[in-house]
Amino acid sequence: MGTRIIKLPDVGEGVAEAELVEWHVEVGQSVLEDQILAAVMTDKATVEIPSPVAGTVVALGAEVGGVLAVGAELVRLEVAGEGNEEVVAAPREAAAPMPAAALQSPAPTVPASRPPTSRAPTSRAPVGPPRPPGDKPLASPAVRRRARDAGVDLRQVRGTGPAGRIGYDDLEAFLRGAPKSATAAGRTANTSVETVKIIGLRRRIAQKMAESTRRIAHFSYVEEVDVTALEELRATLNGENRPDHPRLTLMPFLMQALVRAVAEFPEMNALYDDEAETLERHRGVHIGIATQTPAGLMVPVVRHCEARGLWDCAAEVQRLAEAARAGRATSAELSGSTITITSLGALGGIVTTPVINRPEVAIIGVNKQVVRPVWQGEQFVPRTMMNLSSSFDHRVIDGYVAARFVQRLKSLLEAPATIFIEA
Amino acid sequence: MAEIEAKVLVVGGGPGGYVCAIRAGQLGLDVVLVEQGGPDGGLGGTCLNVGCIPSKAIIHAADAYERAVEQATSAPFGLRVERPTIDFARTVDWKDGIVGRLTSGVSALLKRHRVKIVQGHATMVDGKSCRVETDTGPQIVRAEHVVLATGSMPAALPTLPFGGRVISSTEALSLSAVPERMVVVGAGYIGLELGTAFAKLGAKVTVIEAEDRILPVYDAELVRPVSRRLQALGVEVLTGTRVVGLSDSGDAVQIERQGAAARSLAADRILVATGRRARVAGFGLERLDLTMSGAFVAIDERCATSMRNVWAIGDLTGEPMLAHRAMAQGVVVAEQIAGQRRVFDSAVIPAVCFTDPEIVTVGHSPEAARKAGHEVHTGTFPFQANGRAMTLRAEDGFVRVAARADNHLVLGIAAVGAGVSELAGAFGLALEMGARLEDIGGTIHAHPTLGEALHEASLRALGEALHI
Repeated sequence: MGTRIIKLPDVGEGVAEAELVEWHVEVGQSVLEDQILAAVMTDKATVEIPSPVAGTVVALGAEVGGVLAVGAELVRLEVAGEGNEEVVAAPREAAAPMPAAALQSPAPTVPASRPPTSRAPTSRAPVGPPRPPGDKPLASPAVRRRARDAGVDLRQVRGTGPAGRIGYDDLEAFLRGAPKSATAAGRTANTSVETVKIIGLRRRIAQKMAESTRRIAHFSYVEEVDVTALEELRATLNGENRPDHPRLTLMPFLMQALVRAVAEFPEMNALYDDEAETLERHRGVHIGIATQTPAGLMVPVVRHCEARGLWDCAAEVQRLAEAARAGRATSAELSGSTITITSLGALGGIVTTPVINRPEVAIIGVNKQVVRPVWQGEQFVPRTMMNLSSSFDHRVIDGYVAARFVQRLKSLLEAPATIFIEA
Repeated sequence: MAEIEAKVLVVGGGPGGYVCAIRAGQLGLDVVLVEQGGPDGGLGGTCLNVGCIPSKAIIHAADAYERAVEQATSAPFGLRVERPTIDFARTVDWKDGIVGRLTSGVSALLKRHRVKIVQGHATMVDGKSCRVETDTGPQIVRAEHVVLATGSMPAALPTLPFGGRVISSTEALSLSAVPERMVVVGAGYIGLELGTAFAKLGAKVTVIEAEDRILPVYDAELVRPVSRRLQALGVEVLTGTRVVGLSDSGDAVQIERQGAAARSLAADRILVATGRRARVAGFGLERLDLTMSGAFVAIDERCATSMRNVWAIGDLTGEPMLAHRAMAQGVVVAEQIAGQRRVFDSAVIPAVCFTDPEIVTVGHSPEAARKAGHEVHTGTFPFQANGRAMTLRAEDGFVRVAARADNHLVLGIAAVGAGVSELAGAFGLALEMGARLEDIGGTIHAHPTLGEALHEASLRALGEALHI
């Protein structure tokens, strides 16, 4: 018998480390050759690591959520024959590729794999329940009396003394922390805290969002848009019920308008490399569509919108959104955007302050539509109104430019025919 | 008919009732306490008049006499005593003097806290008032809160009704002379305390117990020194024995031992000490329609009955029928009536058995702790290894500590030995404060005292005993 060390393989070009998101084996388990050992996640994708040999798992190289460098020990196996051999496993694309990257960045793509599976939250000992259920709270008569006076049920108080004894200090700390009414009303305060590890996609989102807000000087600009005409047009087109056409939402109209507007404001459809201090203005308009999926926020990209018509855009948005939600979107489909639209539909609220999808410089936020009385010369008329809340990177875009850009979008959307008239 | 209004009406002047009244008075409440008096009590209740205190006086006198006799016969440390005698009538007078001082002390305390005492038999009219038959005629007392503290009384055996030579503990404490032959029915703490005392005073005592051992509520290990002592004192103990009845002449008890033929035990006095029952009849309690728990008034952790603003404390509410429990309940009730938030939440109620040697139990026995689901460490330290016990010629017995194995939290302390009743306070304090074995082990216990046995027993449970 010998020991073999399975190392973390190179899971993608330029990838130096990967986060371990799931173990498929445990210590003591015997594995067959090609059996999946673990899933790791890089900046772009989740990759499954199969075992190159058969053997028994002796040790695992990391905990879920831990980050492993490429070449680091992943699994130690006890194998038949000679040991002390180090083996680098080969990464494998899973049968059903699934996306992992939250927010795109212009980086090479890596085979996608399974997303992290959800797991039970773990709780840290110091914040767990005060004592095993059924155990009576341990406190001296004086502390019990003080608790009684204060209306505190000692079962809710955590004792920090020997054997979990509740001292005066514990009670005072509880009283400072808990409103008296919590027990006075006959309801019990629940002091349990659940600690959930932020791993996988959630961690990517957290990192991206923090980086974006740390680096970008965000400012938001909100303008209201009269979408009555646009909604009439949309209803007319949807009323045709052509089987070869998907149902239209507002999104493809906005995308088409955006294509027109960025043609006049090329600094909006750009990527800012703040290290190199260069702004890449893209002629192709690759619109990222912020999409909520069960795993978290993803941004599938409709590429080359300037080359797509209204129906094409609509169909592509629908296809990508479904793929993202089902976890089928490829890495390529999740990267390469040059400007992003975020819309929460009916949940859009009145105003939002979207976070820019770095290294882009602008993001267009769509708020909800409402029919409102609008003063038109002599009378109020009911109009369908909608706000656009957009954020810009003030490092490269000034408020004046942003305002003009949004006004241009507004005028296009309010007179939808102008979106489609060739210049 | 005269009427009195009060905030609090306390029915019964025993340890529960009078303490409740004093505490309520201290808190500024307007209190009326009704006490019927009579042979069973008066202020201070069973405890002061015909229970705890007088029995301890008799036991002390019996101990002193028995020691004097021992010196006269064997003079173990050279003390020479010639033919000691005891004038039992004077013993009883001395006892009565103590009782008198204590009851008048209670009366003075009540007055100092402006408690109005109404002497007479009370009958509840409803949940807010009672009618008292006083020497000067009936009186109605109305109150916002009623505290029932009527206590308990000796339970009679159907086969041995009280009367003639058949007496209860009450009469046993006021006998005019030490009986020549005494039969004690019931080997619980009352029967054994008094039986032992009369044996020391010279009576030929036979104890009858239906169960197969004496002090059935205590574990066998604790009872063993008591059994040895009874044997040494010449007390005949008949376990597994039933009383059939009194002989026709009334001077002998018919007994039956596990199917064997009935036999007759001649006796000058037959002390029936088979237990006590709550005093729930004869004062109109049934009119209140309170929820009962068996033979007792049901109460919750606040000592509240099923009727709003009607409280019950003490023996009336069930086991353990102990004065100190009633007193603690009385305080809890008085403070609640004064608007404070209180419950009866004592971790332990110590129990002391003034046999020879004495037994103290506080908290769980090791067996009970295990049954409660704990893994238990125990430590026992015998008085044979305690210097002070040797100098007192009181080497039989031990202190035993039971603690949780996981965190060493002390769950129970018990002791058997001469004078160990005085250790009850230390035991109770340790448990109320949530002591671990290390806490007791880390406390310096004065040398040479019996209390060192608690220290050593705790160390022993930790595997660190020094003197054994």
